[in-house]
Amino acid sequence: MALTLSHDAWCAVTAHAEAGYPHEVVGILAGRGARATRAVPLRNENAERPATRYRVDGLALFRAEAALEADGLEVLGYYHSHPDHPSAASDEDREHALPRRSYLIVAVHDGHTHTHQSWRLRDDRSVMDEEPVTLESA
Amino acid sequence: MNVSILVPSALRGFTAGAASVGVQAPTAGEALDALVAKHPGLAPHLRTPDGALRSFVNVYRNDLDLRGLDGLATRLADGDTLILVPAIAGGRA
Ligand SMILES: [Zn+2]
Repeated sequence: MALTLSHDAWCAVTAHAEAGYPHEVVGILAGRGARATRAVPLRNENAERPATRYRVDGLALFRAEAALEADGLEVLGYYHSHPDHPSAASDEDREHALPRRSYLIVAVHDGHTHTHQSWRLRDDRSVMDEEPVTLESA
Repeated sequence: MNVSILVPSALRGFTAGAASVGVQAPTAGEALDALVAKHPGLAPHLRTPDGALRSFVNVYRNDLDLRGLDGLATRLADGDTLILVPAIAGGRA
């Protein structure tokens, strides 16, 4: 699999990740096929450890995804930030990941977007495999 | 009891695309077992290797969270709908 982000979607992801620093931010990537054209910020509900964890509860996610599907978009996956940490998927990420979704991780160092990588959980949950990411220019 | 289970889009790849699966079961736990029996590929995503429901899988009976009812022992009525509502979570390490 592979993930493509429109210029607008990528700008929305990086703006959210930098504005949220030093906390982790999270959101939905939606579009069609493997091309995300919209990034929808969600609220990180992990109040205890927001710098190293994120969580979005089921109903908030359900409502946000239903609104996107009503607009004719598919949910392709999710993005989240790793403040002052590499963009590799962690064991924590794998443990909680949904299958058949892209997980775009953006490393934010000192408040600035650094590296990004996208990951997909194997159906047997054993590992998250990296997938190529294409960023479209404006 | 005849109940419908609503499957979130992330898991429909394991139900041949079906958004709703009908099963017969007296309790929520047995309904989930029946769902997994029909669609075994769902098993690792709903339960941990020791059989517990995964922490990110919320189950609602109609519009009430099972955790506020009797959990997987919650008894079902004919025509009930069980809704699987995943949360998302993760972190850097
Ligand atoms: Zn992470």
